[in-house]
Amino acid sequence: MAKPKLEKHHINNDWCKGCGICVALCPKKVLELDDHEKVSALRPQDCICCKLCELRCPDLAIEVETKE
Amino acid sequence: MSENIKFVQGNEACAEAALYAGLNFYAGYPITPSSEITEFLASRLPQIGAKFMQMEDEISSLCAIIGASLTGCKVMTATSGPGFSLMQEALGYAIMAEIPCVIVNVQRGGPSTGLPTHGSQGDVNQARWGTHGDHAIIALTASNHQDIFALTVEAFNLAEIYRTPVILLLDEVVAHMRERLVVPQPGEMPLVERLKTSVKEGVDYHPYLPREDGRLPMSDFGEVHRYNVTGLFHDMWGFPSSEPRAVHGLLRHLVDKIENRVNQLARYKEYYIEDAKHLLVSYGSSARSARHIVEKRRSRGERLGLLELQTLWPFPDEIVREKCAAAQSVIVVEQNMGQVLQSVKLAVDKPDKVFLANRIDGVFIMPADILKILRLIQGKGV
Amino acid sequence: MALKAYLRERFFPHLWCPGCGHGTVLNGLLQAIEKMGLSRNEIVMVSGIGCSSRITGYVDFHTLHTIHGRALAFATGVKMARPELNLIVPMGDGDALAIGGNHFIHAARRNIDITAIVMNNRIYGMTGGQFSPLSGEDVRATTAPYLTIDPGFDVVELSKAAGATFVARTTTFHIKQMADIIQQAILHEGFSVVEIFSQCPTYFGRKNKAGDAVDMIAYYKENTTPIGSKAKKENPNLIERGIFVQNEKPEYCNQYEQLVQKAMKGR
Repeated sequence: MAKPKLEKHHINNDWCKGCGICVALCPKKVLELDDHEKVSALRPQDCICCKLCELRCPDLAIEVETKE
Repeated sequence: MSENIKFVQGNEACAEAALYAGLNFYAGYPITPSSEITEFLASRLPQIGAKFMQMEDEISSLCAIIGASLTGCKVMTATSGPGFSLMQEALGYAIMAEIPCVIVNVQRGGPSTGLPTHGSQGDVNQARWGTHGDHAIIALTASNHQDIFALTVEAFNLAEIYRTPVILLLDEVVAHMRERLVVPQPGEMPLVERLKTSVKEGVDYHPYLPREDGRLPMSDFGEVHRYNVTGLFHDMWGFPSSEPRAVHGLLRHLVDKIENRVNQLARYKEYYIEDAKHLLVSYGSSARSARHIVEKRRSRGERLGLLELQTLWPFPDEIVREKCAAAQSVIVVEQNMGQVLQSVKLAVDKPDKVFLANRIDGVFIMPADILKILRLIQGKGV
Repeated sequence: MALKAYLRERFFPHLWCPGCGHGTVLNGLLQAIEKMGLSRNEIVMVSGIGCSSRITGYVDFHTLHTIHGRALAFATGVKMARPELNLIVPMGDGDALAIGGNHFIHAARRNIDITAIVMNNRIYGMTGGQFSPLSGEDVRATTAPYLTIDPGFDVVELSKAAGATFVARTTTFHIKQMADIIQQAILHEGFSVVEIFSQCPTYFGRKNKAGDAVDMIAYYKENTTPIGSKAKKENPNLIERGIFVQNEKPEYCNQYEQLVQKAMKGR
């Protein structure tokens, strides 16, 4: 099975409360909190599509869209 | 002969009636003097494939039947004072979430553990105000087994019509007394079935939006409509809301659906009221002694009458006022310190003419207890 | 995200604090349900009172938000009446094991097919940070300014002793394990208990200088270990996670069906 490739990080700013869990636990440090305390994918090129940010997000605010 | 005649306890009459009404889920916890209801149903419900559970306490008993009611079952629990005290929070929940259920309280002496094996009518006001917050409640009672049967069926019917818990206030004396009961034939007494929504799948269903006639069609858990049920103030979908208009509207609805139908909900019996000089007002086992006195004195030509209440809540104040209007004196006969007395005094035009004949020693009211008060009123001394 | 099909999106963002583990539990729970492909109509979620219990408002199942501590009693009624439905009962630690302790042990004893999820944040959040029966000793709380002297329950041991036939523990850090365990718990026929350590940065964290949500979730990583691991032997203070009990025993609703058969024969 081919490795999934990143399409896009969909971040729901209305739902994100800026707790920083995804930022701290991203194995590749792809994510950062912006000036409004909302998460944003600053280094998408480093993303390995593990989706841990999406799975752990307490606000259900992240979706990592991938393609095979 | 097709008549189904039994010689049974009041508790058994109540349980028989519940089966007649379509009870198919019962949960309870043993407590004197109501245990026979639970025992009887433990035997009978499984025989018809219906559900019986003995729970870990009275709290869970009421909670379990509320859960079962939401799946479309006709449900009941039975208890006595201490257990009824434990049920008060879930009772409020059933009122708020509008869940049809029947709660039987076979009253015994209280407060606390009190007199487990002796009768009392001390829970009348607890039935009205035991749970916290403004609310309305339907509470029924009966003095003989035929009436226990009828009022139990009525309790199930009213629970369905008004989507509300209905309390059946029996007392130890009638519950444990044995007498004749004629079980009606199927179809003889009308039964009210659950009003189900006709809203189709995919169409917005409002579990808490009353129809024009005030009734709220339900959808069973497990069916196509998914909604929320909560003890919080809620909107027409059942979702929590503290929006002032929603809060006000819901509380008004909960109270008005019952309090605006006081006369419709009033069940009572009257004996020789028209020309009664002295009118007894009583209910439950106490009404038996009251009726005895009335019949006896009438045969001697004394103008005594009896108003036997079967609906205690909402209190039928207009009817009581009307029935008491012509009487020179009114004597409330009850086995407590005057709980219905207060309601009668509030209802009548002249509260000063209302007296109390009671006992609070665990012994049921005897004709002599009523006569004693009657003689005082008549100025004949004790 | 297909998970959203199970959400009542109009109520989002949810009311939980930033970094509250309860949102992650909701996330993991829905991952499990999505993977199983359960229909929304066959799930009844019952909750009590507290932060945790607000979870019922956010999911598009048949939802019953009840009174404090009694969720399992309500759920028992629903399950007995309609055994074919899946009953999921998320509870807080105080909800499940202080006020609801009696219902908890009796539901376990009956082995009725209900999935109980204890969202353990060791504190009463909704009421402002009081200690719970899962706080354990030496914890600071608004009702324990001099630290707690009350020992805590061990949910796993308690559940085992009470007769639960599926008992597991995980944390909000171990999200894949969480989803997997919840799935197995739902599939399990009998009473299943899943304890999930769920951080409360607002009260427990702040009161006990445990840091923010990130620090607290990292604590779960560092202080827990798979059941029977080598690390546990070396450091007995580590808390084990995984599935402790997975037994087959007669389930209550099935037993009741047998009882009905017996009663009908003897009629």
